[in-house]
Amino acid sequence: MTDILTIARQQVLEEGRGLDQAQALECLSLPDERLEELLALAHEVRMRWCGPEVEVEGIISVKTGGCPEDCHFCSQSGQFSSPVRAAWLDIPSLVEAARETAKTGATEFCIVAAVRGPDQRLMDQVKKGIEAINAEVEIQIACSLGMLTQEQVDALSSWGVHRYNHNLETARSHFPKVVTTHTWEERWDTLQMVREAGMEVCCGGLIGMGETLEQRAEFAAQLAELDPHEVPLNFLNPRPGTPFEEFPLVEGAEALKTIATFRLTLPRTILRYAGGRELTLGDLGTKDGLLGGINAMIVGNYLTTLGRNADKDLDLLTELQMPIKALSQTL
Amino acid sequence: MEKYCEHCGEAGEHAACLRALRLEPPRFCARCRRRMVVQVTPRGWTARCAEHGTLTSA
Repeated sequence: MTDILTIARQQVLEEGRGLDQAQALECLSLPDERLEELLALAHEVRMRWCGPEVEVEGIISVKTGGCPEDCHFCSQSGQFSSPVRAAWLDIPSLVEAARETAKTGATEFCIVAAVRGPDQRLMDQVKKGIEAINAEVEIQIACSLGMLTQEQVDALSSWGVHRYNHNLETARSHFPKVVTTHTWEERWDTLQMVREAGMEVCCGGLIGMGETLEQRAEFAAQLAELDPHEVPLNFLNPRPGTPFEEFPLVEGAEALKTIATFRLTLPRTILRYAGGRELTLGDLGTKDGLLGGINAMIVGNYLTTLGRNADKDLDLLTELQMPIKALSQTL
Repeated sequence: MEKYCEHCGEAGEHAACLRALRLEPPRFCARCRRRMVVQVTPRGWTARCAEHGTLTSA
């Protein structure tokens, strides 16, 4: 039987065809001794099909906590006894956050709300926020507001939102163990509407929620079928008060294998470091991931937790000679 | 006078909570144990206690 990395070199690196589910599982199952080889190939694939640039993004929560959904990893669900209290961000603070983000060289600023889907009050606030940011800050605006109606998709698109994030979170077969208040298919439907409206699709998930390696491979293949513009990859940071609070962190080597495998499954996608990398990978692992398939990152803080110092991440990109993608390249 | 852990809200200081606070804003008022309203921004955070005012990361 031909070695999976030999196959991947030809199929993914040379021909640009991502791994299928069975092949992804083979990569995820490689022994730790072959991690370096796997990362090196994933890096070659990223450089060949995406280039050396790194897309930098900042995110902000405009509506924190009090969410009616029961995503078991999330400290913002109103169904768990999490210490996170509801908060609502005003427009001047939103604009300031966009300005802080742009100062890092970021081209993306994502407005996020902890909701099942936006109500009229939230849509009004987002519209005002987008107008205020566009008047003062040069940055691309993305949104993540949960499940949308067709009218809401059309509204966001008409306001100039260029990318919409809605994570499938995990493999379809594992989703019912993570969320019970809505279905994986409902999320998929929103993503299809977003794409049809002409917005870029941003869709990823969380690794380390009790899924098997088979389900990780399944998730990678399902994302490949969706073919999103961007995949944000989070690693579970177990939150106090949530059903997953006692889950262990993903081991560093396992996280890196996942990054590389997702790159080999999605050779042309923007693969972004999102939450949890600080705990799972630390400083050294962060560098390894950037040399193993990652070509985008959220810099600074997350929605309810803090990230690595943004300057440290930017210094790392300089050290690795990976230029930050310019705004002109994203337009 | 500070009596409560800003991470878990229990009395005293805890090594694990202090470690967690390197990557998290405070959630409980150290003086009265109220849950605070916290806003995280890309480069900082604010935490407001209804009784004791607002803390910031700056």
